[in-house]
Amino acid sequence: MGHHHQNAKMHAVTILANRPEAANIFTLEIDWIPRDKLLGGQFVMIWIPGVDEIPMSLSSANTTSTLTIQKVGEASETLGRMKPGDKIGIKGPFGKGFEPTGQNLLFIAGGVGIAPLMPAIVTAQEQGKEITLAIGAASGDAIAFRDKLTSMGIDIRIATDDGSEGHKGFVTTLVEELLAGGNYDQILTCGPEIMMAKLLELANLNKIPIQCSLERYMKCGMGICGSCDIDGLQVCKDGPVFDGQTLAGLEDFGKSKRDRSGKKIGF
Amino acid sequence: MITLDNMNIETSIAGLKMENPTMLASGILGQTGRSLLRVAKEGGAGALVTKSIGLEARTGHGNPGILELDTGLLNAMGLPNPGIDDFEEEVQIARRSNVPIIGSIFASSPDDFANLASRMAGHGADAIELNLSCPHAQGYGVEMGSDPIIVESIVKTVVEAIQIPVFAKLSPMVPDIASIALAVEKGGGHGVVAINTMRGMSIEPEMGMPVLSNKIGGLSGPAIKPVGVRAVYEIAQKVKIPIIGVGGINTGRDAIEYIMAGANAVQIGSGVHYRGIDIFKKVSQEIQDFMQKNNYSQLDEMIGIAGVK
Ligand SMILES: Cc1cc2nc3c(=O)[nH]c(=O)nc-3n(C[C@H](O)[C@H](O)[C@H](O)COP(=O)(O)OP(=O)(O)OC[C@H]3O[C@@H](n4cnc5c(N)ncnc54)[C@H](O)[C@@H]3O)c2cc1C
Ligand SMILES: Cc1cc2nc3c(=O)[nH]c(=O)nc-3n(C[C@H](O)[C@H](O)[C@H](O)COP(=O)(O)O)c2cc1C
Ligand code: FES
Repeated sequence: MGHHHQNAKMHAVTILANRPEAANIFTLEIDWIPRDKLLGGQFVMIWIPGVDEIPMSLSSANTTSTLTIQKVGEASETLGRMKPGDKIGIKGPFGKGFEPTGQNLLFIAGGVGIAPLMPAIVTAQEQGKEITLAIGAASGDAIAFRDKLTSMGIDIRIATDDGSEGHKGFVTTLVEELLAGGNYDQILTCGPEIMMAKLLELANLNKIPIQCSLERYMKCGMGICGSCDIDGLQVCKDGPVFDGQTLAGLEDFGKSKRDRSGKKIGF
Repeated sequence: MITLDNMNIETSIAGLKMENPTMLASGILGQTGRSLLRVAKEGGAGALVTKSIGLEARTGHGNPGILELDTGLLNAMGLPNPGIDDFEEEVQIARRSNVPIIGSIFASSPDDFANLASRMAGHGADAIELNLSCPHAQGYGVEMGSDPIIVESIVKTVVEAIQIPVFAKLSPMVPDIASIALAVEKGGGHGVVAINTMRGMSIEPEMGMPVLSNKIGGLSGPAIKPVGVRAVYEIAQKVKIPIIGVGGINTGRDAIEYIMAGANAVQIGSGVHYRGIDIFKKVSQEIQDFMQKNNYSQLDEMIGIAGVK
């Protein structure tokens, strides 16, 4: 029953390192850790003073934490220029994360969607689970955490838009092949919503439970403003990770989102 | 011995019947029909107030727009809303809850308020709440809401334009809130809602700058409860129309303070953060528990008693 109130106070934290991760993607290491054990998919709101405040998944949390960020606009590019010693504001962590269940797990990442999957992959491996990871990226050089995943001995399948590595085309085509050949207990995914909507169909067809991490425009991150609404659920608080059963009942999933004013817009 | 079953916490405001005296406050989960529906069904709210809606879509202020402080929340969302045209579908969905839907609106002139109110009534709202008290959106709200002559004129114009009850939501940042409430009553308003947030600021020392992008925001939550209770108490001494108390309500006892000060019902906003979406059920239960322990059988027996003792 008890409501776990996720604290939304602002904390100034110091950047310890800024490392290139892949083409257009970098990882910031920060001098801060969440109070409780992190589940992949849980996120923080990052304040870049004078610029913006944006939601970011935690890609790891041990003695320090990391954010793995793709440069797409002003806030992410400003973060990309930050140096050790620079300060940012942080609120969180917020939301519900991935809960890997079963022995044979299929992780599917679209682009930087690998970031929130990383803590779940690491935990699943510690628990001795079998892990397959399918990654869809623009090109071979845009795959984040390649060294780390390789050193962990994870079975990685790659699809690229430009065909520079692995299968040329959609990662969903790769997944169809994997599902035909394998016997998975669960699918865990983060990436473009259109991709995840297709994966939900495939999961249902193959009767495999699935968890997807969603994105919506976030203002408060703490479940009160309504900006991130999907069918009355708040992605920041009830998600961002939702199970397939919940998603199957939502009208907006894969179809529409809300702009900053709350107007409904299509994908 | 009074049992919980005959502990009556029904209330009615200007003809709107509520199974319990807790309403969702404006601006919290009130932007979509489905989230409103959820606050009623899953949350247990006795009535729902929508996000404040204007004539045109507004994106609101940039992020950060809100943060938690030690004793409350500070927000400057900047009245983001999809505009009255796009809001019909949301009201229609919210109506499936079968609890009263109160459409909150903001504007910068009496005519715009009246226009919005009749559109909101047309969309299916059961009552209108005039936001005369937003502390952080230039040209709207508190500038107008602190002048009794302007307040009376807005209320009168709206009341004449529509058939459903009109409530006015007031700011505590005035020298004499009861005189503003009196202006609402004189204008023909059917109820007063008190209070909206109070202007505040939070500076992050490490950054040497205010946290909110708008710098100044509105303070809500436990920090403002004594201000709200005082405001309701003063208003109750001056007007006969119903009062809806809001500001820092987290528990049944908080709600009862407002009720004893003179409120017929209460609204809860920030409490959704502190205790979850079902805070309305929790507060209703706590009100009943208090009534049982203290030998009250009707909510009415508690309304305004602190003002006559
Ligand atoms: C729960 C969650 C976790 C995320 N995790 C990561 C991550 O680990 N790595 C990563 O690279 N990106 C992540 N994102 C996406 C990231 O928040 C956006 O890329 C970022 O906000 C872009 O800001 P910008 O100023 O650089 O670009 P802009 O030019 O401002 O925007 C580019 C895109 O980002 C979106 N965006 C901007 N502000 C917000 C906001 N407040 N809320 C949601 N979306 C916004 C815009 O809608 C637009 O589609 C996550 C988003 C969410 C909702
Ligand atoms: C995030 C947020 C948004 C709000 N938006 C509105 C709004 O659009 N219109 C309005 O009249 N009041 C708005 N308010 C004020 C609340 O309705 C309420 O009056 C105030 O928060 C005090 O109550 P509380 O302490 O229970 O939150 C908002 C408050 C918060 C915290
Ligand atoms: S971002 Fe405000 S409710 Fe989710």
